[in-house]
Amino acid sequence: MGVIKVKDLIFEYIRRDEEGNVEGITTAVDDVSLDINQGDFVSILGHNGSGKSTLAKHLNAILYPTEGTVWVDGKDTKKDEYLWDIRQTAGMVFQNPDNQIIGQVVEEDVGFGPENMGVPTKEIWERVEESLKAVGMYEFRKHSPNKLSGGQKQRVSIAGVIAMHPKCIILDEPTAMLDPKGRKEVIRAVRALNDVEKITIILITHYMEEVIYSDKVYVMDKGKVALQGTPREIFSQVERLRKLRLDVPQVTLLAHELKQEGFPIPEGILTKEEFAEAIDRCADML
Amino acid sequence: MLRDITLGQYYQTDSVIHRLDPRVKLVATIAFILSLFIFDGAAEYAIAALFLAIMIKLSRVPFKFMVKGMKAIVFLLAITIVFNLFLTPGEPVFAIWRLSITKEGIRLASFLTVRLSFLIIGSSIMTLTTTPNQLTDGMESLMKPLKKIKVPVHEIAMMMSIALRFIPILMEETDKIMKAQMARGADFESGNFIKKAKSLIPLLVPLIISAFRRANDLAMAMEARCYRGGDHRTRMKPLCYKKRDFAAYAVIVLYLAAGAMADRIVKMVLVLL
Repeated sequence: MGVIKVKDLIFEYIRRDEEGNVEGITTAVDDVSLDINQGDFVSILGHNGSGKSTLAKHLNAILYPTEGTVWVDGKDTKKDEYLWDIRQTAGMVFQNPDNQIIGQVVEEDVGFGPENMGVPTKEIWERVEESLKAVGMYEFRKHSPNKLSGGQKQRVSIAGVIAMHPKCIILDEPTAMLDPKGRKEVIRAVRALNDVEKITIILITHYMEEVIYSDKVYVMDKGKVALQGTPREIFSQVERLRKLRLDVPQVTLLAHELKQEGFPIPEGILTKEEFAEAIDRCADML
Repeated sequence: MLRDITLGQYYQTDSVIHRLDPRVKLVATIAFILSLFIFDGAAEYAIAALFLAIMIKLSRVPFKFMVKGMKAIVFLLAITIVFNLFLTPGEPVFAIWRLSITKEGIRLASFLTVRLSFLIIGSSIMTLTTTPNQLTDGMESLMKPLKKIKVPVHEIAMMMSIALRFIPILMEETDKIMKAQMARGADFESGNFIKKAKSLIPLLVPLIISAFRRANDLAMAMEARCYRGGDHRTRMKPLCYKKRDFAAYAVIVLYLAAGAMADRIVKMVLVLL
């Protein structure tokens, strides 16, 4: 069993009108099963309302399944006695950087998690130092979070999670509120954590460019897993993705359209370099 | 325009007072304020003035920053002086029409002025030399005994520090909403008091809604980072007393003792001179 295993997960919430009468039941996550191995970089894609954030909140025991089971590191999230272990094993980074920084100084915020876990003072300082270095924010340790850019704030949030020494980090649309530069910073930091520290990453996003480095991609639609596979397998299905209201990266789209026009270019091109090579080969052939 | 407001009034510099434990400073401020209300007589106030002057010197904060705090009470001070001067019954010194200034009035007014201004300056020494963070930590630690009677000390301190963290964020948001409303023709400046108050509604409603949303997000983020109240928690920056803090406590005791024997001390000084 992997570090995170989800089996037949169903989550329903009850919609109520203003008087509190039941209007209906919405199934946000509908019969989803996942198995994520230690050290993997997994992306979950989907447009708004596809259930991806709801799924993410199950992995950290913020929400509990209506039906089915979620195991984090072999522990059932429904069991109360495991709650704090699970939250420590699977750290979570949220969308809005302002609403998840608690400390008034960067280093104090990173220390918040270890403080809650009861880590001794001396070790807290070591953990804070190492986590801030891991995301490249060490020189900002004495700054006020209000003075940082969006990308920097989000890296501080990530450091705050790393300081708890999790096996797995779930990032729930961490780049949705950032500018392109901040997006790049955050994704670079996340990839480095996966490569160097071998932390399992679950990245939830709707930016296609961010998922091309992952080991596995799940595409969600209406609460179900619509597609799964390697990024290349996913992006070979341009028409299918369009039906799911998702864009593919621009290079992939260009390659796809050239192919449609009859040029001998393979499907599922992910980077500019690959595309350049394919064009070269294509030119040789013609 | 809203961003100009600075929170707290911490003055960054390095001095003995800055380096003191926040608990010492809190206790000292409370002791000083209490002493001002107990003291009654010129000799005692001379001691208080001397103590205050030494503290101002030690704190290395420019005096004008402390006077800034006085601006807020100038009005209050003026009213107090006028009422005390004219309305205290006693031996008249000077009289215009039916109002008379009495000897007792002058005495009371001058003591009140000194008392209020010392109080403001004394407490601003504390706020100028202590960061809001240290203050919260100090209060949490000092109020710990109240936990026995079920006062949620940790929670109060946590709320205070979260409030401090979010005030600048909410200020910025207010600014944003204001600009957005102004771009669509809202007018916050003109009109009488009632019209101005009414024009704030489209500003306050979105602000409060967003504050609730932020609170919800923050609570979730705190829980996701294993926050479960004050028990089992360790501290990254625990407060611990150093030698200078004990020395400071000794100074406070000495000050209070000097206040109690003020008359004799002043007489001695006068004799020596």
